Amino acid sequence: MIKLKINGQFKTLDVEPRVTLLDALRENLGLTGSKKGCDHGQCGACTVLIDGQRAYSCLTLAVMQEDKEITTIEDLAKGDDLHPVQTAFLKNDGFQCGYCTPGQICASLALLDEVKNGSVSYVTADLNNPPTLASLSETEIKERMSGNLCRCSAYNGIVAAVQQAAGQTPPSPAASIEHSQAG
Amino acid sequence: MKNFAYVRANSVEDAISRTTNDRQAMFIAGGTNLVDRLKVFLDEPSQLVDVSRLEMKQIERTNEGGLKIGALVTNTDLANHIEVRRNYPLLSRAILAGASQQIRNMATVGGNLMQRTRCPYYYDTAFPCNKRQLNTGCPAATGINRIHAILGASESCVAVNPSDMSVAMAALDATVEVQGMQGKREIPLIDFHRLPGNTPDRDTNLEPGELITAVILPPLSFAKSGVYLKLRDRASYAFALVSVATALEVAGEQIKNARVALGGVAHKPWRAMEAEEFLIGKAANNKSNFEQAAEIALKDAKTLAHNGFKVELSKRAIRRALTVSAQGGGIV
Ligand SMILES: Cc1cc2nc3c(=O)[nH]c(=O)nc-3n(C[C@H](O)[C@H](O)[C@H](O)COP(=O)(O)OP(=O)(O)OC[C@H]3O[C@@H](n4cnc5c(N)ncnc54)[C@H](O)[C@@H]3O)c2cc1C
Ligand code: FES
Ligand code: FES
Repeated sequence: MIKLKINGQFKTLDVEPRVTLLDALRENLGLTGSKKGCDHGQCGACTVLIDGQRAYSCLTLAVMQEDKEITTIEDLAKGDDLHPVQTAFLKNDGFQCGYCTPGQICASLALLDEVKNGSVSYVTADLNNPPTLASLSETEIKERMSGNLCRCSAYNGIVAAVQQAAGQTPPSPAASIEHSQAG
Repeated sequence: MKNFAYVRANSVEDAISRTTNDRQAMFIAGGTNLVDRLKVFLDEPSQLVDVSRLEMKQIERTNEGGLKIGALVTNTDLANHIEVRRNYPLLSRAILAGASQQIRNMATVGGNLMQRTRCPYYYDTAFPCNKRQLNTGCPAATGINRIHAILGASESCVAVNPSDMSVAMAALDATVEVQGMQGKREIPLIDFHRLPGNTPDRDTNLEPGELITAVILPPLSFAKSGVYLKLRDRASYAFALVSVATALEVAGEQIKNARVALGGVAHKPWRAMEAEEFLIGKAANNKSNFEQAAEIALKDAKTLAHNGFKVELSKRAIRRALTVSAQGGGIV
């Protein structure tokens, strides 16, 4: 028997040590928001937050996460009130089929916290001067979101959603259409 | 994956004694490499000894003015540590070049050093592989070998070590502190990983039962000039085809000291010592010196059917990284 704290509630479950956190969420707890895209840490669809940090639930064993605070996509909206990051994805066409979206949204949520806490990325020009939410560039967003693939290739919308959630003004989707027609 | 017993180690000694007494037992830390391997039956341990809740999560200054990094410090915490960003920027940059934020949050220093090759033949149990089982053969040597080794390979194995962090640590003269039943010992990072020879089943010189407890970085006055350049098939979230870590000490226009290490080219992080020695005393503003250093670093390269491009790619990467290091470092 193991005890997990998921979305603020303790759950006791009977799983073998080999069961991943992702399988425990989906198969044992009926929390099917977190998706299984690859099951090998290569796509990001299974992204959840563990003690506030984003992680792939397919690459960790449920038993290893006892006593940790696990947050899944199911915890974001409060009733019909969507989380601002969810609203940003809706407003900016941050998805098409939606399969990668729970992972994208959990990753975006963590990304905002990381930036607030002054974290750096591979593309941060000066490692001693990390970007703020206001100065976070498109290149930074792409690098920081690279752990989440989207087979529908909604990447422009995803970047725009993160920009909006960061308090920036994303370009209108129509602008990129005009741009590509002009080009 | 096959099932296994799971125990949470309650001390370093407890962890060591469990894996010493049971040779089928394995440590698990972040799990980002081992869980993946378990899923495809590359490892079938009797028990997993979870070390992730032990201490060893500190980064401390050493008396010499360097840093001692606990084996359980996450890749994210190490890359973001203020002293690492300031004094060893190539280490921050190398770690940030690896995997994704989600993986770096879970991955530990010890686990990163111990991650195994991404050779597709090693990963697919439908193929024989000397690394998985000695004397079964190396299908990569005659198969699709675009990502494989150009330096230090053997007939029995042409796999490369996939770690970015280790390449920066090799350039920084790091030492790995390990502990076994006999006590602690230190292994220079450049001797920690092995060349394949005829025992490619062994990636490192860690003895069975030994646990990595820390990595020690000595102070290096010119580490601020450090550069990490990673070249890969896509811009992010991909392993290196070739990577290079460099640092230069320049006085006036003369090179006083140099570090050059390569990733993605060998079974271990590859320190190009002969190229470093060549650079000492040379002019930092004469690019032909960097060209010659790159030639020296790759002079023993041996290519396979599909990886010939890595030789020229490595040379260009070395030249570019050294050029940026000569200007004091920064992003490439
Ligand atoms: C999709 C994907 C992409 C990736 N891309 C990159 C990349 O571009 N660059 C890169 O460098 N890495 C990359 N990685 C690999 C990643 O860096 C490693 O998985 C990670 O560093 C392993 O650390 P861990 O703590 O999770 O190790 P674990 O999975 O817990 O353990 C790995 C191995 O180390 C052993 N071990 C763990 N801790 C210790 C210790 N203290 N002492 C002795 N043995 C120990 C375990 O027994 C196991 O054999 C990628 C991984 C994935 C899944
Ligand atoms: S399902 Fe976990 S990363 Fe793809
Ligand atoms: S919206 Fe379909 S995979 Fe991303």
